[in-house]
Order: sequence, then structure tokens, then C-alpha cells
Amino acid sequence: MNPEVYKESQIDVDEGLSTIEKTVLTDYKYGFVSKFDADEAPKGLSEDIVRFISARKNEPEWMLEWRLKAYKQWCRMADDEPTWANLKYPPINYQNIIYYSAPKQKMNPKSLDEIDPELRRTFEKLGISMNEQKRLTGVAVDAVIDSISIGTSFKEQLGELGIIFCSMSEAIQEHPELIKKYLSSVVPTTDNYFAALNAAVFSDGSFCYIPKGVRCPMELSTYFRINAENTGQFERTLIVADEGSYVSYLEGCTAPMRDENQLHAAVVELIAMDNAEIKYSTVQNWYPGDKNGVGGIYNFVTKRGICQGVNSKISWTQVETGSAITWKYPSVILKGDNSTGEFYSVAVTNNHQQADTGTKMHHLGKNTKSRIVSKGISAGFSNNSYRGLVHVGKKASNARNFSQCDSLLLGDKCGAHTFPYIEVRNKTALVEHEATTSKIGEDQIFYCNQRGIDTETAVALIVNGFAKEVMNQLPMEFAVEAQKLLAISLEGSVG
Amino acid sequence: MLNIRNLQAGIEGRKILKGINLEIKAGEVHAIMGPNGSGKSTLASTLAGKKSYEVLGGSVDFLGKDLLELSPEARAAEGLFLAFQYPIEIPGLSTTNFIKTAVNEVRKYHGKDPLDAVGFLRMMKEKMALMNIEQSLLSRPLNEGFSGGEKKRNEIFQMAMLEPKLAILDETDSGLDIDAIRIVSNGVNKLRNKDNAVLVVTHYQRLLDYIVPDFVHVLYNGRIVKSGTKELALELEERGYDFIKNEVNVEEGV
Ligand SMILES: Nc1ncnc2c1ncn2[C@@H]1O[C@H](COP(=O)(O)OP(=O)(O)O)[C@@H](O)[C@H]1O
Ligand SMILES: [Mg+2]
Repeated sequence: MNPEVYKESQIDVDEGLSTIEKTVLTDYKYGFVSKFDADEAPKGLSEDIVRFISARKNEPEWMLEWRLKAYKQWCRMADDEPTWANLKYPPINYQNIIYYSAPKQKMNPKSLDEIDPELRRTFEKLGISMNEQKRLTGVAVDAVIDSISIGTSFKEQLGELGIIFCSMSEAIQEHPELIKKYLSSVVPTTDNYFAALNAAVFSDGSFCYIPKGVRCPMELSTYFRINAENTGQFERTLIVADEGSYVSYLEGCTAPMRDENQLHAAVVELIAMDNAEIKYSTVQNWYPGDKNGVGGIYNFVTKRGICQGVNSKISWTQVETGSAITWKYPSVILKGDNSTGEFYSVAVTNNHQQADTGTKMHHLGKNTKSRIVSKGISAGFSNNSYRGLVHVGKKASNARNFSQCDSLLLGDKCGAHTFPYIEVRNKTALVEHEATTSKIGEDQIFYCNQRGIDTETAVALIVNGFAKEVMNQLPMEFAVEAQKLLAISLEGSVG
Repeated sequence: MLNIRNLQAGIEGRKILKGINLEIKAGEVHAIMGPNGSGKSTLASTLAGKKSYEVLGGSVDFLGKDLLELSPEARAAEGLFLAFQYPIEIPGLSTTNFIKTAVNEVRKYHGKDPLDAVGFLRMMKEKMALMNIEQSLLSRPLNEGFSGGEKKRNEIFQMAMLEPKLAILDETDSGLDIDAIRIVSNGVNKLRNKDNAVLVVTHYQRLLDYIVPDFVHVLYNGRIVKSGTKELALELEERGYDFIKNEVNVEEGV
């Protein structure tokens, strides 16, 4: 046998599904609550709360002004809460939410030993013990617990390359010129209702700057986690890739089990200069609510990247298994000539979850390309919608788009919907859209059963096969975890 | 090993198997022949536990266990293997990963630790040589875009990997040219030993030139109407199924 082929197959097997076999969890695995002393704001939202947040974070005056302006805009947008998505939920009482909660914790620990043992246990339960992460994967983790970023590793190594990777709060203090220049340059504070809300009250998030010509040598990663009761989590992430640079960034999320619906409204902005590439991957498994649709996270996210420079590339990959409500359309503005935008998505809904997710590709520059691969998996009583816009501007000659939207149904009480919007203003554009809907067949499951594989594992295999094209886009370290998540989210959905 | 007594089964309210009796001992090869629609695949699917088939009566003992009480995956883990007449495609799922999962699920059933990647690859390499199957096929998604011959070879390769006690081959020769039949039969013959058994289901005699049966049974209209040795297969080949039909119809006074 050809030794190279052999090696390839070894990887194939290593990536295999033994983790699925091991994982026989029936309830939400991450449903525990850590006991920190939280430094909390009172419930509700007002100018005073915005001032409170800004003061707690010791922000400079210009930042407070920025927030207050956003707050006023949000107040004026009261009638603009989006209603067009294929989502049903009772009105959100924005005055019944705590907008700031920081675990009391000595900041800037010099080593992991200085971190609150309770917090470390939380990391361990999440499977992201920082030691482990450091040792095994070489991933630099900037962990966000509730609202404050605690513990940043690998900073020094990155610093040597001129890479800035820190919490947003720190960036506001240490790199005000970059923040002033780029914050809300892609997602304006008035962009939409949730983006305005985020701008007013965002608590923390990550900032990342890759200087000219630098290829970031490791995956950068942030784990978000909602911890305190009744706390909305409002992150703000900004990534700037300067000319000729490359970065791959992974965001992973888990939230403990709560009866109340918690609000999550994040904003992510990406900027890619000439010849730069940003790969942004998300594994989202916020608490989805229970079997009867009680509880769960409301996830309203605005993610947008701009391919500012020529030959730049932005690629979004998302594996969405959590949240009761998902409202999320990671987009790319293809401004630079020859730039490329990609969107790879797996969205799983089970029980009473609802997802309305997709992407927007705005072709503005010449010879711009975009590729959309969306895999929706619905089970139980859930509803899963793909909503995507491909826009080709007047000057965008030779724009190319290919979209593939596949839906897989488990059972007959769930829904899958596809809403593709195509706006083409330039005759030289080529836009292709393909869509399929299939069901997991009895025959497929029986075939697996006949080989000794039980139905639950069979479903996991079939679903992972269905989603493979997207899963393959994930960084290796997270692919196995993501496969496991797909299996867990669909447990009990068949048979 | 397998003892079927008066098995009756149907689908969608229609009775198809009308009382099957069959005993298979370790080390034996049995062939079931019969015209299209006589119930051969129904028998195979019923034994393997396909949900849509309803057992209406009778019993099946497999290695001392009540087969009909076991889930399909438990039947497989106990050593019953069905090479499908129409193997199913699972898009995106690599054949290797599928087989690895199967092997380890069966090991789990028997309280054994899963094979790690190295152990699994060693086993796979060994069986690949035995079955004359190439790596590239196994890296592809399960049965997706496989030719008829590739699908059937893949079935027999899975059989080699799972080392069943009883293998039921449902029309494994259908759609294959003579070279492919030879390869597949060779594979099956290499796996035969005194502790396992094979039930070959086929419409045509030619497969039995390669997998030589100890016993041949003719299934007609949901019943085994005639049993004999391999000469019976030759006789069927020569005279066609009509002579059986006529015999049966005369007996039943039709
Ligand atoms: N899924 C099904 N639904 C309804 N009838 C079926 C189904 N499968 C098989 N049958 C019927 O059962 C009878 C036996 O079929 P089968 O077991 O496939 O025969 P064989 O394998 O001997 O050709 C045929 O009359 C066939 O039409
Ligand atoms: Mg048949």
C-alpha cells in the first residue's frame, strides 16, 4: 500500500467518531452554575446604567460618549425591533435584565495559579482547562466569563510578532487609536436594534490586531460563557488583519441551565486589508431550553466583515446547536477587487428551538467571489430557516456566487425553510443557488443497526456526514468537539 | 446455530412468509433460491429485524437466544450479518469511519474496549488484503457513487471486519459480472470456517458454482417447498422454476 495514502487514512480514522460513541449524555452537559461573587448592576437599562458600566470599566470619556450616543439611538429605535424573521417569542422586557455582572476577581493574574479556583473548575467543566489548552492544543484562550475577560494566555509569544490579542476593555485602555479608528466602522451603532443595544451596554469581548505580513501562528480563541442569573451577555469583538496577514479565530460558547430566557446580543466586526485573510469559526451551544421549550438563550447577533483590500478573504464558519432563538447573519462586504467571502454553516434545532440564520454577501468590488454552504438540521418541534442575501452592486463586474442550502429533517413535526434573496445590478455577475431537502431514512438507520450501531449513534453518523463539508472547515482542534455537539443536540430525536 | 420454526411474517398487513422451517448448523452453507417475489428478501430482513416487517408467528433461535426478542443492533452484535441486496448510501460519511464505528459498537456490546486507530488500521489492512479491496474506496462516503460491484465488495468487506457467526447474503451476485462474482465469492470462501455459517440467497444458480452450498432450499410463495443438496440448484437451472410451481400447485390442488 502506498504509505502516503495510509497516513491519510490514519487521520481519517483519528478524526473518527469515537467521541460520539463515548458521549452518552442525555441532558445539557454544561448546565451548572458557578458561585462567584458578582459585581452587578441593578436591573434595567437607563443612561445611568450605561454610565455605571463605563465607570466600572474605567473607560475614558470618549468611550462613555460613544456608548451614550448609542444608547440614545437605541431609545429612538424602540419601534425598530426586528419582526421579519421566522421566529416566535414573547416580547422581551429590556428593563428586566441585568446589563452588567463581573465576577469579583483580581485582574491580570500573573499565572494560572492566581485564578479563582471556582473559576478554574468552571473551565474544567467546560473542558477548557487553560493548562490543558496550553499544553495540548497551543490555542491562546481569552476567556470571557459573564462580562469581564479573565486570564489571557500566550500574549507574550503573540506580542513578539506584534500581534495584539486582548480583551476589548484592555484594548480601549491600551490601544485607543486603533479602537477609535475601527470600532463600529463595519457595524455602525445604528445598524440595527440589537447592534445599538450592544454598543450601549457591551461588557467585554476580544480585540485582535495582526500587523502587516504576519501570519498568526496559532488559533486564537475565546470562550464565552453566561453565568449569572438574568444577565444578558453583550460581547463586542473586533479583528483587524493588516495587509498580507492571516488569522484564524474561534469563538465557543456555553451557558448554564436557567429557566428564564437570557438575552445575548453580540457584535463582531472583521476588517481585512489588502491580501489579508480572516477565518472566523464559531461553535455555539448556548442553553437551548428544555424539552418543552422552557428557558434558553435568545441569541441576536450581528456579525459582519469587510474585505477592505484587494485579494482579501473573510471566511465565516459556524456550528450552531444551542439557543432557544437564533437570529444571526454573518456577512461579508466584498469591497476590495478580487476579494472572497465564504459562509459555512451548520445549524441544528431540536425540541422547540428556532433558528433564523444565514448570511449576506455584498459584492462591491470587481471579480469578487462568494461561496455559501448552509446545512440545516431540524428535529422535534423545531423550526430552522436559512435566510441569505447575495447582492451584486453596479460596479462589481464578474462577481461570482455559489450557494448551496441543504436541509435535513428528523421526524415530521419540525420545519425547514429557505429564504434566498438575490439582487443583481451588474449583468456580468454569475449567481448560482442550489437547495435540497431530505429526511433521514428508515433504511439508512436500519443499515447502521444491522452493523451493530444503535439508532442514536446512527443519527449522529448520518448528520455528521450531512454536515461534513462545513465541519471540514473547522480547525482540527475543534472539529471533534463540534461532532460531539451535533450528536448531543440531537439525542432522543429519533426512534 | 439458527433454528427457524414456522416463521410467519408480513409487511403492510400482507402476509408474505407463511411458515418457514429451517435449521442451519455451524460450518454449513445453505442456499435459498426462488423466483422473484417469493419472499427471500423478506426472510432476510425479518431475521435481521427490520422494523417495517411484522412477525406474525413462529420462533427463531439463534445461538441459544430468542432472536425475535433482540433489537436489530443486538442481533448484529450477536453475530448475525446481512449483506444487503441494495446497500444504502450515506452521503458524507466515510466508509472507514462507518466501519470503525460498527466494529467498536459490537466490541462495546461484548464489554470490550474500543480499538484505537492503530489497532483498527492494522485489522483493516489485513482484511483489505484478504478481500482485494483498495483504500481509496474505503475513504469515500459510504456507498455513495459506488458501482454495483463496489457496493457488493464493500458488503463482504464489512462482513470480514465484523466476523459474524451467520452471514446472510441477499442476492450478492445480482448486477455483477462474472469476474466480480468470482472476487466476491472468493472473499466469502476465505471467511468460512467450522464455527460460522452462510445463508446464500440467490435467484440464479451461478453464484453456487463459487460458494458451494451443503443444502439448497426452494422458497416459493412464502414457503420452503423443496430442499436438497447442490444438485437441486442445477436441476432448477435446467428446468426453471416452473416445474417447482407446477409440483406445488398440483400438491395444493390448484
Ligand atoms: N416494502 C414492501 N411493501 C409492500 N410489499 C412488499 C415490500 N417489500 C416486499 N414486498 C412484497 O413482498 C413479496 C416478497 O418480496 P421479496 O421478499 O422482496 O421477494 P424476493 O426477495 O424473493 O424477490 C413481493 O410480493 C413484494 O412485492
Ligand atoms: Mg430480494
